Amino acid sequence: MRVSLFIACLTDLFAPDVGMAVVTSLEYFGCKVDFPTAQTCCGQPAFNNGFPADARTLAIRMLDVFQDADYVVTPSGSCCAMIRAHYPELFHDDPKRYDRAVDLAARSYEYVEFLTKILKVDLSNLSLPEDEKFTYHYTCHLRTLGASGASAIALLKQLGGASYTEMEKADQCCGFGGTFAIKYTDISGAMVRDKVQCGAATGADTMIVNDGGCAMNISGGCHRQGVPMKVRHISQIIAAAIEHSAQKKVVGV
Amino acid sequence: MSGVLTESKSSGTRVSLPVFRSDFMADAHEASTDIRLQAAMDNSVTKRDMGRKTTLSELPDANALRELAGQIKRHTLDHLDYYLELLEANVKRQGGQVHFAADSQQANKLIVEIAKRTSSKLVVKSKSMVSEETELNDALTEAGIEPLETDLGEFILQVDHDHPTHLVMPVVHKNAGDIGRIFEKYFKTDYTDNAQVLAEMARVHLRNRFNEADLGVSGVNFAVAETGSIVVCCNEGNGRMCVSRPRIHVALMGMEKLIPALDDLPVFLKLLARSASGQSLTQYTSIVSGCRRPGEIDGPEEFHLIVMDNGRSRILAGEYRDTLRCIRCGACLNSCPIYRKVGGRTYGSVYPGPIGALLTPLFNGLEKHKHLPHASSLCGACFEACPVKIDIPKFLIMLRGDQVKAHITPWVERAIFKLWTVGLRFGWTYRFSQIAQRIGMRLLMDKQGWVKNLPPPVNGWTKQRDFPAPAKENFRRVYKRYRQNQKPSGRH
Repeated sequence: MRVSLFIACLTDLFAPDVGMAVVTSLEYFGCKVDFPTAQTCCGQPAFNNGFPADARTLAIRMLDVFQDADYVVTPSGSCCAMIRAHYPELFHDDPKRYDRAVDLAARSYEYVEFLTKILKVDLSNLSLPEDEKFTYHYTCHLRTLGASGASAIALLKQLGGASYTEMEKADQCCGFGGTFAIKYTDISGAMVRDKVQCGAATGADTMIVNDGGCAMNISGGCHRQGVPMKVRHISQIIAAAIEHSAQKKVVGV
Repeated sequence: MSGVLTESKSSGTRVSLPVFRSDFMADAHEASTDIRLQAAMDNSVTKRDMGRKTTLSELPDANALRELAGQIKRHTLDHLDYYLELLEANVKRQGGQVHFAADSQQANKLIVEIAKRTSSKLVVKSKSMVSEETELNDALTEAGIEPLETDLGEFILQVDHDHPTHLVMPVVHKNAGDIGRIFEKYFKTDYTDNAQVLAEMARVHLRNRFNEADLGVSGVNFAVAETGSIVVCCNEGNGRMCVSRPRIHVALMGMEKLIPALDDLPVFLKLLARSASGQSLTQYTSIVSGCRRPGEIDGPEEFHLIVMDNGRSRILAGEYRDTLRCIRCGACLNSCPIYRKVGGRTYGSVYPGPIGALLTPLFNGLEKHKHLPHASSLCGACFEACPVKIDIPKFLIMLRGDQVKAHITPWVERAIFKLWTVGLRFGWTYRFSQIAQRIGMRLLMDKQGWVKNLPPPVNGWTKQRDFPAPAKENFRRVYKRYRQNQKPSGRH
């Protein structure tokens, strides 16, 4: 299966590890992975702030970049939601591009969605190097994608050594919201404090956050508040389990 | 029907809603650091949201029901002229009178005139958001008529000269202690924060006053065009008292509150109480059709229905028609993480929360409430909660776009987005901007790789949380090396 990666700008700049974990895991599950280097940004910030013309400019570039891709997979849920939910609407008065946008939307998947719906993976033969307690933040883009956090949690629970505790207000927004976090910092700050506190109250070692923006916000909140909880993308956990299981095979245990 | 629709269409950006607060940023700052408010919100608002989810999940297919409710509302709005005339004819047939009011002043004037003509001294009111919109209590008081709120929450606010901060839980921002102190002063009794004792105090007081009242004012949850009936849903019984005990009943409604037929009502009743408070039905659901008939021994002698426009036809005519689907259940408020942090007062007018962030600028003009469409992380919880499927995030983004077009968005922000688009439009500018960001932020970072103080215009971030510095190498470099190392075994 041929998969083209869409590594959103935040992941490219701040979290190359997440991108590489996606590569590792997709290749482990037998995908042939490529990364079209002409990609930049999906245009979500412009779209959300009321600049649809600018968003369209960037969306056209994306239509070209992923023209020939069988599947487009991204670890950033909100960018996937942008392509799936908003690209067709951006080109509602441009029939040619509208058709291409609908076509791209149908080929685009968020990472967890791709693992569960298309690859239908089973992780129960994988285990983590050490026992680890997890909690999970329901990133808001899931609503737009018509998905729920349940599939990510189910994946996590398949891994040997992983335990899961649901946090209070798990589906409450962490306060990122792009420019919202900067423009309305007081409100956003109250939201991220709430998220960090709810997460820490579970006693988890790690909070799983499947979006680059939310991850930056929550990890920044943890660091400011002195909460030692790690913030990880689920691909990083799966990649760690894959590497650990490969080592086990090598040494024959 | 009068010429109401055309009349207010031409009224431009006239302010239709009262404005209580005007410094959004200052109020947001104060509220978001108010620990007491946050605790109150979690206790009531967040709990109600959980109740909504639970009771909706008891239905066979809540999502299909929401879809149906949204479609019924959309259909009604698309044919509002027809249904308004049908409603008018059927209310008259039931012995009631219908008045159309172009704006809130006209609506108040009509009610004051009815009160004066019928020599009414005391007006008892059931909870009604639209009467908050018209500031009816002030108008009655000015005319020498005493208005009395009979919903417990509204009564507390009236005594305390305060405004509601939630559509269905008006007094959500006060705790039992606050209410105890208000009643201590008003009833001149000993202080208590026992909710049951406080409620009983109000109940006894209000019971007696219902008997003195000449005129009852109610809101309208649904007006049924086919039968000319109005539906009033409440939990305390005061609504039913208001529509049945006094000699005169005046019902005040926004002109969008129609449904076509009685058959449509169960769809909305199933959704309203579940969405508002996690109940399967409100304690009292009163369907009022006209007034006392010859030979009947009780019920009001006169029934008046006031149908108010106040800017609604302007919204109906434009791209925001679906915002008028709202049935004022408050589910979007309960689900909203921002409302939970800032409370209702910060929204500055009558309608708080996500739906208020839409309605207030739509009613009063984009200029006056320019923060409201932006003070949202677009998380989508409101859309998911809305029983009539109003796509609130979509409309917020549209309002932001309208602000850009009207040049209300500051030129600096417009310039930043233009520049940003150019930066991401080409491969080389993208690479250049990434290098610039990496160098800049790695200069600012501490030993652990965190930036504690970002410069303007992005300093808002580090006021509340730290910022991670960019990685030493971006993904595309790491990936390129990974592929190069693999080269012997395959080509990419």
